[in-house]
Amino acid sequence: MAPSRTREILTLISDPDADPGALAQRLVELCTASLPVTGAGLVVMTDAGPAGTVAVSDGAARTLEDLQFTLGEGPCVASSSSGRPVLVADLAAAGPARWPAFTEGALAAGVRAVFALPLRVGGIRLGVLDLYRAEVGLLGPLELAEALAFADAATTVLLHLQSRAPEGGDPLAPSTVPVLDDRAEVHQATGMVSVQADVPLATALLLLRARAFATGRPVADLARDVLAGAVRFDGGA
Amino acid sequence: MDGAPRRIAEVFVELADTLVDDFDVVDFLQVLTERSVELLHADAAGLMLADQRGGLRLMTSTTPRARSLEIFEVQSLEGPCLDCFATGVPVVNVDLATAGGRWPRFAAAAAEHGYGAAHALPLRLRKEVIGAINLFSDAAVRLDDEDLAVGQSMADIATIGLLQERSLREKSALSEQLQTALSSRVLVEQAKGVLAERAGVGVDEAFTRLRTRARRRGEALSDVAAAVVRGELDVEDLSDH
Repeated sequence: MAPSRTREILTLISDPDADPGALAQRLVELCTASLPVTGAGLVVMTDAGPAGTVAVSDGAARTLEDLQFTLGEGPCVASSSSGRPVLVADLAAAGPARWPAFTEGALAAGVRAVFALPLRVGGIRLGVLDLYRAEVGLLGPLELAEALAFADAATTVLLHLQSRAPEGGDPLAPSTVPVLDDRAEVHQATGMVSVQADVPLATALLLLRARAFATGRPVADLARDVLAGAVRFDGGA
Repeated sequence: MDGAPRRIAEVFVELADTLVDDFDVVDFLQVLTERSVELLHADAAGLMLADQRGGLRLMTSTTPRARSLEIFEVQSLEGPCLDCFATGVPVVNVDLATAGGRWPRFAAAAAEHGYGAAHALPLRLRKEVIGAINLFSDAAVRLDDEDLAVGQSMADIATIGLLQERSLREKSALSEQLQTALSSRVLVEQAKGVLAERAGVGVDEAFTRLRTRARRRGEALSDVAAAVVRGELDVEDLSDH
């Protein structure tokens, strides 16, 4: 099952002694080793476009991200703005019409297939996990499942990196980053908390996760209390 | 019943209309699930989609009671919907009072939730199963062949809706669309929470207001949801029914 594989990936890349930033680097390296891809890159995206490359596995992955940053076009940019995965099995065939400048540069760097997976939690836009390979061809169903598990892990890592320690201290230590709970109640409670605390959705989700962690409760339990009005996240809470 | 074939035709036309104009996958599947309850005389229904990580995720359900049971089913990894998803074969006319041997945990939970019968119909695309529709009845009623044909048609329409605007021949299109549908669902849940808190109403009422707004303006539900989470729509814009 996916959540357990995502948890496993987070455990594998976690190291209590390392800088949290190293999580992202280990993630792209483990991703490259676990999948039939040549390289991987992790970028932070905002509404305006690519905001920075967090980690790359190799030089060609760096080139891919640099191209998209410079040109403002490419699978990763398309994936982030639309919120859809962009799976390009044969870049030479499908790329020129969609992203002429990017495709030329990417092919020159040896890239033949690109898979851009958006890292989002509903309205929370975090970034994109870009996978590429030097041969054409789509990922098979099991490979896609593995790639999506890495995308889920990367989503958690980016959320963690972007807003640290909202309630003092660092409750979400790198060694204990919990997998995102995908239940409807958690997403609904995230929306409520963002209004109560007057913070963006990303911060609201982190507040929820931090409170759950600090009080030793599952996030879904806490979310139900928020929905019932038993727990509030405004000044008086 | 004399009115039934006409009503079925109306529903199919309604769903076909949804497919062309400002199509929104979350709203489309919600309407489809609600109409399935009506056409098949069930008490509740839900729709689950493959998450392409080996599991199922709940997209829609018509009542909180059904939602609770379906979440239990997904988490306990047993039940008619999961069997239907695993095999691609309908699992129908399940008498929950005697289903304890096949699904001990699910049958017990279904009894607690007050359901007597369950049915699961697959969303199939060629050899791939991309999800399932669940139907629940309080009484242990059976569906006849005609009902089952209607139910399977609803499941097929759901599949078409998921894949519309994309070429069915492209394998990558299916993956892209399934992931997008699951992500849109999360956005709608967040918007329900934002609106519920701002307007001081429950999340179900918030959902009704989001849908009403989308309908009235001919906007996609996920666009309305995105505007709400970005703070671009006021409570007043969404208050009148």
